[in-house]
Amino acid sequence: MVEVNYSQRRPSTVISIDRIPELKGWRQNGDRIEMGACMTYSEMEDPLFAAYVPSLAQAARTVGSPQIRNAGTLGGNLATASPAGDTLPPLAALNAQITLRSLRGERITTLSNLITGVKSANLGRDEVIVKVSVEAVDGPQEFLKAGTRNAMVISVATVALVLDAARRQVRIALGSVSPVPLRASAAEGWIADQVNWESPSVPDKEAVEHFGELVASAATPITDHRSTSGYRSHAVGVMAKRALARALS
Amino acid sequence: MSSAPTIARTPTLGRIGESVQRPDGAPKTSGEFVFSSDLWADGMLWGQTLRSPHAHARILGIDVSKALAIAGVRAVLTHEDVPGDGCYGLDRPDQPVLAKDVVRFCGEPVAVVAADHPETARRAAEAVEVDYEMLATVCDAEAAKDAPAIHPEGNVIRHVVVRHGDTGAVGEVQVEGTYEVGMQDQAFMGTESGMAAPIGDGGVELRISTQWLHGDRDQIAAALGLAVEDVHITLAGVGGAFGAREDVTLQIHLCLLALHTGRPVKMIYNRGESFFGHVHRHPARLWYRHHAGRDGRLVKVEARLTLDGGAYASSTSFVLANACHFAAGPYRTPNALVEGWGMRTNNPPCGAMRGFGVVQACFAHEAQMDRLAAALNLHPLEVRRRNALRRGDSLITGQRITGATPVIELLDALAEAPLPQAAVGSVAETDMELPGGAGRTADSRHVRRGVGYAASIKNLMYSAGDDDYSTAACSLADGVVTITCACVEVGQGFVTLAGQIAREVLGISEVEISPADTSIGSAGSSSASRQSWMSGGAVLAACEAVRDDLLAHVSSKTGLAAGELMLQDGEVLSADGSFRASVAEFTAEKAFRREEVFRHIQTEEPDENGQGNIHVAFAFAAHRAVVDVDAEMGLLRTVEIATAQDVGKILNPIQALGQIEGGIAQGLGLAVMEELVIDEGKMRNASFTDYLIPTALDMCDVNVVRLVEEPEPDAPFGAKGIGEPPTISSTPAVAAAVRAATGLEISRVPIRPSDVALADSQA
Ligand SMILES: Cc1cc2nc3c(=O)[nH]c(=O)nc-3n(C[C@H](O)[C@H](O)[C@H](O)COP(=O)(O)OP(=O)(O)OC[C@H]3O[C@@H](n4cnc5c(N)ncnc54)[C@H](O)[C@@H]3O)c2cc1C
Repeated sequence: MVEVNYSQRRPSTVISIDRIPELKGWRQNGDRIEMGACMTYSEMEDPLFAAYVPSLAQAARTVGSPQIRNAGTLGGNLATASPAGDTLPPLAALNAQITLRSLRGERITTLSNLITGVKSANLGRDEVIVKVSVEAVDGPQEFLKAGTRNAMVISVATVALVLDAARRQVRIALGSVSPVPLRASAAEGWIADQVNWESPSVPDKEAVEHFGELVASAATPITDHRSTSGYRSHAVGVMAKRALARALS
Repeated sequence: MSSAPTIARTPTLGRIGESVQRPDGAPKTSGEFVFSSDLWADGMLWGQTLRSPHAHARILGIDVSKALAIAGVRAVLTHEDVPGDGCYGLDRPDQPVLAKDVVRFCGEPVAVVAADHPETARRAAEAVEVDYEMLATVCDAEAAKDAPAIHPEGNVIRHVVVRHGDTGAVGEVQVEGTYEVGMQDQAFMGTESGMAAPIGDGGVELRISTQWLHGDRDQIAAALGLAVEDVHITLAGVGGAFGAREDVTLQIHLCLLALHTGRPVKMIYNRGESFFGHVHRHPARLWYRHHAGRDGRLVKVEARLTLDGGAYASSTSFVLANACHFAAGPYRTPNALVEGWGMRTNNPPCGAMRGFGVVQACFAHEAQMDRLAAALNLHPLEVRRRNALRRGDSLITGQRITGATPVIELLDALAEAPLPQAAVGSVAETDMELPGGAGRTADSRHVRRGVGYAASIKNLMYSAGDDDYSTAACSLADGVVTITCACVEVGQGFVTLAGQIAREVLGISEVEISPADTSIGSAGSSSASRQSWMSGGAVLAACEAVRDDLLAHVSSKTGLAAGELMLQDGEVLSADGSFRASVAEFTAEKAFRREEVFRHIQTEEPDENGQGNIHVAFAFAAHRAVVDVDAEMGLLRTVEIATAQDVGKILNPIQALGQIEGGIAQGLGLAVMEELVIDEGKMRNASFTDYLIPTALDMCDVNVVRLVEEPEPDAPFGAKGIGEPPTISSTPAVAAAVRAATGLEISRVPIRPSDVALADSQA
């Protein structure tokens, strides 16, 4: 819409999908949570939903203003494929499965296969995103977003962290610090070995510090008008430490 | 006062000193207010501007043929189509209406289009082919001094020197610093818009949101070779200004298109274009050395200020003069040597914004006062108190202050104000009221709290010998008062105030305010904290003249002495209560009308040492900021700003509060986020997505601890302008609080997260 407003795009046809019941809302399906592509940010903020996917709920709360959150959708955020798309790091950390449909049929893909570059999605001209599904994870989730304003700000850097107790995994995804959402795999692998999974905790502060350093070094940010690459790397490191500390507290 | 009336009557409400509600308040909140962007006329065309994508380039040729060939396009105009001088400017006409041989900033207008539909106009503007040859850019204001001239008038727009006392004096204690202020934007709500239509014999009528109708009129006439009588301007609904509407933006383009097509033409900048269309606050680099004795008393202030004026002069000369004249702040400074440069560069032009040059100087002199306090181990308030200006003191420009100068009172009021109740850590871990807000980056244990102080002095009204005046008419017929004045209501509340003045003087409830237009004499600009004084003064004079005429008339009819008569609650009364009659009756048979011109005291141009009685009057303010800082993330949240301000007299308490809160929001914005990022002359964040202004989560509580009402001599009702001071010292107070919380230097605003989080690695 922004591009249309600024005449950067002049589409000759616009198809509204916001009255298709199948694309709306969310539902629980076994141990998975399924979200329709037209689910709005406001709907993600609902405490019922937040109880299952807290990182996404928290990410949704940081998006734009109430007006944007009432209108903007999960499908729109995915298709836009912005490095600063706030739902993307939680979806990356949750290993989301994305269902696309066209006249040719249906396919299920992952976030890393869907989002291929800055504002570039592997989405056929005839394809729509219909739903996104994630596992209802047993364990805490966190989402932290750094920006120069305390609300309604495009992310300078974000971190989504999922503590998957069943799989004994700490999964962490970073936003705004690379062309596509990034999983800090080295940091994930290292910290999983440090955590005492019996009653999730880490041995010492040094482990948390080192985790932060590994996350910071995973980032490959740019410098632009919003911030510097140095700050972005620093910020994801700090947020990773804090997210972990919160998840383990 | 008269004897008690025997019959009940409706008292005249809405007089001076009351919290009268603005007439445009409810319509603006309900969406019914008609802004300049809502104008409409049958058969109107839509205008569009083509702007330079380059910061500095030679125009080798412009081909409009493809644009003109588009169906529905009525005109595509370039500099060749501009009659008259073809140039305009607030201070001097150095800016082409449409670029001629050279473009000097990215966003400079090159061509204008009129078409049947706005989308057609946009496509036509895109179809204009301009052949550019790139030129080397000059984008650093200090480097511009020695760089090749980018304009026939050279790169130095103005050089100012202030020499005061013994410039060789040396203080036992010296503190030195270099400071930087980024480019702030006025970020008003309603973008530039208006509509022009041809009238009569080659004349033009313009409806526009602006700050000064007559200033626009004169520039339009000169640029287009018209007589001023042929340009008629009516104010359209304004969506904020803050200085950004002082310069001409689309006014001349609209008139040019209307005259060329013979049709009404409407134009609206979208938000992105708006950032290119208007001037901004000057970015500044400021070097300071303060000399003081061991007792903390100032001996001398040395300063060198460089303001980046961008490609055209706008009001750079006056902004620079203000920055230099108030370089030492509200402090006794026996000796001073201040040098300032207003430079021309290939950056976007800068001009007026709330605080007008004093904002930049104040950020630096207040940082210096804190440095001095630290060097002497004094409390920041104490070092300020020891140096505070008092009535009768002289400024570094040699001018004696004759009006109210309650600096010590303001500082003491802040000292006595309790600190905010809620301490760090008292908020829940999940609360958004921590630095980082909705992003939930901080827990309370990551947060440190700092408290900082700042004080300021600001001149009121136009300075340096300007023949500054306002004109107003008051008419009274059938018991209804009508006020006519070309004073522009930009949201500051003049329309409300004019009604209050009329009710105060004439004792009549029903007051109508005519639309502001150029059919009456100039009111001057709605800027420089001047309209309550200047146009308020003109309205007051006109109302008093009508009152005197009416009372003389009643006197002649009744034989009662005019001096024994008074107006109250719609009636003429005699002092002893023996006579009373309704004003409506008297004014049904005879209408009264008077037009008055109001001038403030004459000022002088500064001499070669920057000395003289340059300014009319001064207003003071002080701020205390409490800021929570998450130093590791570099994120901030301002908890509270307490303020005390010198206001002379409160004319309307709720409007005063509005000015103070709004001004502080803008000052807070400059402190922590508001900056147009310019990279090699290109604006990187020309949108509200990336030009950030405070949201409700960023704006803090405002605690007005004291408004000092010490009537200002010469000012109508003794009231001082109150619009600018809140913006000025709020910024340095926030910076001081961040300094106090972190121990960092904080030599630049806005304070970026990296300035705090990575301060060690940057140093
Ligand atoms: C003021 C403002 C603030 C914002 N702040 C944030 C923020 O803080 N964080 C953030 O992440 N984003 C932010 N955004 C961006 C925006 O909210 C998201 O990109 C949003 O999710 C768009 O959703 P939409 O449904 O409105 O999509 P639209 O704008 O309608 O569409 C966007 C694109 O996605 C395509 N599309 C939409 N739905 C589908 C689908 N189901 N299948 C295939 N393609 C589809 C459309 O064709 C179009 O190309 C902001 C936007 C604005 C205007």
